[in-house]
Amino acid sequence: MAKALIRMPTEAKRGEVVEVKTLISHPMETGYRRDSMGQPIPRHIINRFVCTYNGQEVFRAEFFPAIAANPFLSFFTVATETGEVVMQWTDDQGTTQTETVRITVT
Amino acid sequence: MGKVSRRRFIMSAAGGLALLRPALRGSAEASPESAAAALKAIRGEAPIREGKVTLDIPPIAENGNSVPLTVSVESPMSTAEHVRSIHVLTEENPLPNVAHFTLGPRAGKAQVSTRIRLAKSQKVIAVAALSDGSFWSGSAEVVITLAACVEE
Repeated sequence: MAKALIRMPTEAKRGEVVEVKTLISHPMETGYRRDSMGQPIPRHIINRFVCTYNGQEVFRAEFFPAIAANPFLSFFTVATETGEVVMQWTDDQGTTQTETVRITVT
Repeated sequence: MGKVSRRRFIMSAAGGLALLRPALRGSAEASPESAAAALKAIRGEAPIREGKVTLDIPPIAENGNSVPLTVSVESPMSTAEHVRSIHVLTEENPLPNVAHFTLGPRAGKAQVSTRIRLAKSQKVIAVAALSDGSFWSGSAEVVITLAACVEE
C-alpha cells in the first residue's frame, strides 16, 4: 500500500474527545468491473481497519466494495493517557500498512 | 397429443426461464430483500426501532463513486451505555453491506465519516447496536446523477 494521511491532535487534555481523520491511497477495486477484454477485474479492497490506543483497541472498521477509492475515515476517541495511537489497514491481498501517532495528554 | 406436447413445451420453457432469471440477474444485484437479509444477519431476532441514528449525506450527489457520509448516534458513550457498532447498508448496490464499524466507550463520541459508492439513486440505511442490546436505525434517500461504474 502506499500513502496514508492522518490528521489528529498530538496534544490533548485528559478525557478530551479527539477526532482522528485518515486517508489512504488504494484503488478499492470492487470486483464487479470488467477490463477492456471483458474479463472480470478481481476484487481488491481494504477490508479492515483497526485503531489501537496504547495497545487497546478503540475503533475497528470492516469495509465492503461500496467504500470509495482512497478510503477516507474519520472517528473519535477519548484522550486517556500519553501514548501511541496505532492505525492499521489490511487489504484483500493481505498487505498491511501501519501508522503511529504519538499523543501527549496533559 | 400435439397440444399436450406444446403445452408441455411451453411449461418447461417457462420453467427454464424462471430458473434462468436469477442466473441472469446474477449475484451482482441487490434488492431491498437482500438488504433485509443483511440486516437480519446483524440484528438476529432483535427488533429495530427508528431513531437515535442520523445520516448526514447529500440528498443529491453528483458522483456516485464518492458520496460523503457521516453517521452519528445519540449516546452518552459511557461504560454503562454506549454504541457497540454501527452498520451501513444500501438497498440497490450489488452488495447490501457498505461498512461495519465497531466502537466502544473509548470512542467518546458515536460518529463516523467515510465516502461511499452508490450504484444508483437509493436509500442508505444505518443501524446502531447499543450496549443494552437494542438496535436503532436511520435512513436517507440519495439521488445520484452519475452512478458508480458497476458494469464497466
